[in-house]
Order: sequence, then C-alpha cells, then structure tokens
Amino acid sequence: MLEVDALKKSYGALVAVNGVSLHAAAGETIGLLGPNGAGKTTTVSMIAGLVRPDSGSVRIEGRTLAGDTDPNKRRIGLVPQDLALFDELTAQANLELFAALYDLDGAAAKRAIGEALELVGLADRTNDRVKNYSGGMKRRLNLAAALLHDPQILLLDEPTVGVDPQSRNAIFDNLEVLKQRGKTLVYTTHYMEEAERLCDRVIIIDHGKVVADDTLQGLYRLLPVTNLLAVELDDTRDGDGNDGLRLNELQALPGVRSAKLEAGTLRVGVEDLATETPRILQWLVERGHLYHHVASERADLETVFLTLTGRSLRDA
Amino acid sequence: MMIPFRALVRKDVQLFFVDRRALLMSFAIPIAIGSFFGYVLGGAGDQANQSKIPVLMVDQDRSAISQEIVKQLSGEKALDVKTSTPSEARAAVRKGTATVAVIIPPNFGQAAGAAFFGPEQKPEIAVLFDPSHAAERSMVTGILTGDVMQAVSKEMFTGQTGREMVKDSLAQVEQSQGLAAEDKKTLEDLLRSVDRWNQQSGQSASGGLSSGLSRGLTMPYTTHEEAVTARRNVQYNGYAHAFAGMVVQFVLFLGIDVGIGLLQQRQRGLWKRFRAAPLSRGLLLGSRAVSAAILAFLVVQVNFLFARLVFGVRVEGSMAGFLGVSAAFAVMTAGFGMLVATIGKTPEATRGLSIFATLIVVMLGGAWIPMFLFPQWLQKLTVIVPTRWAMDGLEAMTWRGLGLEAAVAPIAVLLLFAAVFGGLAVARFRWEAEG
Ligand SMILES: Nc1ncnc2c1ncn2[C@@H]1O[C@H](COP(=O)(O)OP(=O)(O)O)[C@@H](O)[C@H]1O
Ligand SMILES: [Mg+2]
Repeated sequence: MLEVDALKKSYGALVAVNGVSLHAAAGETIGLLGPNGAGKTTTVSMIAGLVRPDSGSVRIEGRTLAGDTDPNKRRIGLVPQDLALFDELTAQANLELFAALYDLDGAAAKRAIGEALELVGLADRTNDRVKNYSGGMKRRLNLAAALLHDPQILLLDEPTVGVDPQSRNAIFDNLEVLKQRGKTLVYTTHYMEEAERLCDRVIIIDHGKVVADDTLQGLYRLLPVTNLLAVELDDTRDGDGNDGLRLNELQALPGVRSAKLEAGTLRVGVEDLATETPRILQWLVERGHLYHHVASERADLETVFLTLTGRSLRDA
Repeated sequence: MMIPFRALVRKDVQLFFVDRRALLMSFAIPIAIGSFFGYVLGGAGDQANQSKIPVLMVDQDRSAISQEIVKQLSGEKALDVKTSTPSEARAAVRKGTATVAVIIPPNFGQAAGAAFFGPEQKPEIAVLFDPSHAAERSMVTGILTGDVMQAVSKEMFTGQTGREMVKDSLAQVEQSQGLAAEDKKTLEDLLRSVDRWNQQSGQSASGGLSSGLSRGLTMPYTTHEEAVTARRNVQYNGYAHAFAGMVVQFVLFLGIDVGIGLLQQRQRGLWKRFRAAPLSRGLLLGSRAVSAAILAFLVVQVNFLFARLVFGVRVEGSMAGFLGVSAAFAVMTAGFGMLVATIGKTPEATRGLSIFATLIVVMLGGAWIPMFLFPQWLQKLTVIVPTRWAMDGLEAMTWRGLGLEAAVAPIAVLLLFAAVFGGLAVARFRWEAEG
C-alpha cells in the first residue's frame, strides 16, 4: 500500500530526516513517535508530495508520485499538524472548498461532507463559523476535511495536539472506526500513550533517524524489564527508625532487575511477577517497611524511548 | 479542473467580504480620503464658486489716482479686496488671513504722474505677500499693473491733476539740459498735444468723448477663459482626480494583502492542504491572481459609483475605456500582489517593504498631487511607474471625457506591467516556507 524507503531531507546544515523507511499494508496503523523536531512532519510532508526528498522514495500502490497533479495523490488524505481551516468561514464552506479541491461538487460533495461530519460528530454545527468552535471541535473538523475524497491512506500529523482529554478520546474513536474500515493510517505523535493505544507498529525517530521500528510487543522486548511492581510505602525508614531503604540490597535479590524509589513509591523491575512479588513484599516486611498499596505496572513506550535515547520524550 | 479553480476563487471572495479590515481599507477609507481631497482640490468644478484671493488695500495717498486704483482693483473678479491700515495689513498677511496686501504710499499719485512722461524717480507700491502663496502674488501684481496703468493714464489725459502735471512736465522738459535736442523736441510735441487734448475734452465734457483716452490706457485685449476638456460643458472635477488617486492607492494595498496572505498561508497548514490535492502550482497561484483581480476591479467600481452618486463624478469619456482601464489596473494589481509574495522572508518584513514601495509609486503616479503640478522632467520620468498609467487612464475616461482611443495606451502598459510582475512572481515564488 505505502512503501517509504530511506527518505532524507536536509535544510542547510540541519539533517531533518535521515533515512526514514516505513511500510504500511492496507488496514495497518503505523505510529511515528518522536519528540518535537525529530522530523515527523518533514517525513509526512515528503510522503504527501509537499516536500521533495533529497534522496529516498515514496511509493503508493507501487508507484511514485509523478508531479503535483498526479491523480494518485487522491489516495492520500493529509491531516496537517496546524489547524488547516479558514476560521472566518463556516464549517460547511470550509468543507465545500476542500471537497472541491478533489473535484467534488454538488450532490457528491454534499454526501461526502455529510458522512465526514457524521463521523467526527459535528453534523449539527455545520453552519457555525469555525472561529466559534472549541479547540477540540476544530481538531475534529481538521480531520473531517481530510476524509472528503475518501482516501485509502491517512497521514495524521499530531492530530490531537492541544485538545482536552474528551476530544482526544472522540478523535481516537473516529480513528478506530477508520481503521475498521480498512484505511491505512500513519500517525505521528509525541505522546507515547497515543501510539500504544492505536498503532500496530511504531517507528521511533529522534534527530531524523529511526531508533526503533517494531510492533508494540517487539518494542517491549527491547526493555530490560517489562514488569514493574509498585509499592507505596508508609515510611521509607526501617523499623529502627534511623536507616533508609537499602536499594542495593533489594537489587541483589535474584530475579530483581532494578529498584527505584521516587516520592514514597518503590518501583521494582522483575523478571517474573508471580514468583518475585511475594519475595519482595516479605523482604520489606522483614526490614520493618510498612506499605499501604501494591500494584503491578507495565513498562511503556516512554521507557522504551528513554532506554533507547537516554532522554525523555517530552523534554527531548 | 474548473471545480477546484472556481472554489478557490470563491473562497478568496468570501474571505474578503467577512474581513472587516479589508472592507474598511477598500471602501470606507478611500471614500473618506477621496471626498476630503476632492473637496480641497476644487470640488466639482463650479468655476463661479472658485475662491477669490483675499487682498488688503492700504491707500495712504488718497489722491484721485490712488482712489481710481482701489476702485479698479475692487472690480476684479478674482480678487476679494478690503481696505486696511499698514500695520493691520502686515499682521493679516503674516497670519495668513490675507494672501496679499497692496500699500499705496503718500504722494503716489503725484509721483506716478510725474514719472509717467518725465524722467522722474518712479514711486513704489509695496506688495506684501504670504510666501506660501507665491502664485497668487504673481497674479495680483499682474492685475495691479494693468489697473495702475489705467488709473494713472486716465488721470493724465483727462483729470484735473493731470492737466497741471502735463504743464509741469512740459516746463521741466523745456528746461532740461540732459536731453538730446531731437528727443526734447519730440517730448515737447507730445506734451503739447496732450495739453491740447485736455483743453478740448474739458470744453466738451458732455461731448460723448467716453471712448479713447478718456478711459485711460487699458490693456488692448480682454481674456475669455474656458476650461478645456474633450466636450463642452464637461468641467474639471476635483473629486474625479481624488477618487482615482485613492482607488489606485488602496487597490494596491489590497494587492499587498493578497501577497501577504499567500505567505501566511504558506506558513500554515492550509497551504499543505491545497498542495496535498492533485492541483498544479499554476492553478493554485492563478486562482489567487484571478480572485485578486476580481476584487480589485470591484473595489474600483464601488468607489467610483460612490463618487458618482454623491459627487457627480461621471465617466464623461468612453465607458468601455473606463471599464478597460479598471480591468487592466486590476490585473496589474493581481500581478503586483503575486510579486509581493516573493519579496522578504517573513510576512511582516514583506509588508513593511511593499507598503513603502507602494506609497512611492502612488506618489509618483500623481495619485496624491495631480501630475500637472509636477515639474516637466518628473512628468516625463513617471511613465515608468504603472500607477501613472492607471491615473492617466482613469482621469482621461472620467473628467477629461476622452474617447476609447485614449484608454488604449494605459490599458496596454498596465497589462504589460501585469505580465512582467506575474512572470517574475512565478519564477521567484518559493513553494516551501523556510523554517
Ligand atoms: N522548511 C524548513 N526549513 C528549515 N528547517 C526546517 C524546515 N522544516 C523543518 N525544519 C527543521 O527540521 C527539523 C524537523 O522538523 P519537523 O519535521 O517539523 O519535526 P517534528 O514534526 O518531528 O516536530 C526541525 O529541527 C525543524 O526546525
Ligand atoms: Mg511536527
């Protein structure tokens, strides 16, 4: 469906994208995860034919785009990172324009606009000016505008930035519907939980380079530990009241990979939750550490990114 | 191909009409400034109503001659003459409430009479003037010359003082040593003849001698003044010029907005959305150029419609020519707007630069100050600015009342500028924003 090979793009001395490849089959959702400035937007722009790559290729259904007017562009729907809407016009007027860009007018445009608005749940607000929409509604309209010509491939460039959790969920529901309809999604984000929720495969990029490219399970396998035991302690001192928790002793236990104390919560990375949990709790009790809550956690993509780059996604 | 093109053009037109700032800049402001300028530039050409030059007369002589001068001046159509005192007159000119003050000194009549024939020292008339009105000063001194000549000569040939003065002059000439014998003889003959004339006209005062020398020496001609435009009873209309000027200026501002808008779109996602669609670059830029031309044409028409309804500015010349010049100017504006989008890196920098450039060409095009007030060399030089041709074309078709043939050159030149601007713009336009 979509084959992207070794894309490269430099702006002056800055290498914005440095050898990004991705392959997406029909119905597959690929996540492009990376911090701000990683090169996600530039990659998406090259796929959509807006930016000419310095090298590498993009093939859609086996064919590269031949110029601005290549009809194959109709297979792509682009949801730009910036809200690409005319604030002063109504939602209806905006969508009529965007439908017309793909030669849709009259009844065909009307049907397409109706369906798109239905999907994103804005059918009752079509005659409002966009400037009167909330941030979340604008994001949903931004998505709807890319769906009018019924593209097979959707390029979603951070489609949820700056929206409230409720709108984000609404957008996710929309995307899941599109996924079920068999669309191919390329989803860029710097929120790891979004990539986790939606994507079949995640490509992690940093400074324009791919640092990991795998299924979720595959990525988790990159982690030293995937299971964490989180224990909220009453008190980090031991029973005698004068000595702290001895993390190095804890780490020395068989089956324990890591131990970290943060804000009264002890996180222990273990190989096997079932066998290590009782042992760790017993170790704590023996040393007089009282706890009031125990939970198990899974390592997430944030940890994967941290492990791969030594930096956190958000402050990268 | 037509569906996206039409939709893109329609979108630009829609956006124009919901943009309050754009409407203000295209209609309210040019109409306001045009009305003001038009009023100042002489309004709707009612010549009778043209303002008279305020002149203060100070007669310190009070002789028959000086009184005759005041009477003559007061009768001039172009002047609004009031009498005054020397100090008041000077103060009034300094304040600008009077443009010119004319002071006739004591003994002027006597001295002028003596100097009329004889070699006496000529008396002086003081003319005080406001330096910001040099043109009016020249006009007043011109009129004054004629009037003084008439008043003095009339007195010399027919008046009481004149008779005595002629006799005095005769005596002086006879005693004079410095004159060549031949000249002396001629002068004596002349003065004796005048004296004889005076005797006769005195005896037959009612003898119907109201013509000839009894009126004094007058200018041997009068003027018939007529404002020349292509047809009779078409008159200069200050509003026609002012509206043409403001329309040219603010339509170019509209062009700047078009260019800036393109830059802003390029910075934002909208441009990506347009470019993601299977549309050629020519179509994307072309639709913006076409919508710009349509809007520019509309702005010209609406402003002139207002001028017509409110100030009676008519297309006295060819309507086809007027529409043609408007359309060519609109197309030129579209090309200019496209060109604006290729200068400067950021929209802000571009705006500053292009407003500056626009004001210069608007000024040189005669949109503020009418072209005919420019020095000759500058009038010749300004053929290189497109605004000059727009102004010429619009003025030719409105108050000058010229025919279609007078619109051909402006239309051709404006279209040529449009082609050059558009070509440059397409060659230089950067499709991707720089980060
Ligand atoms: N048009 C451009 N000109 C110059 N530099 C650019 C341009 N577009 C992007 N960049 C740079 O390339 C890098 C990658 O940008 P981008 O693809 O937008 O990253 P992301 O979308 O992951 O935040 C950034 O350092 C950015 O500043
Ligand atoms: Mg981005």
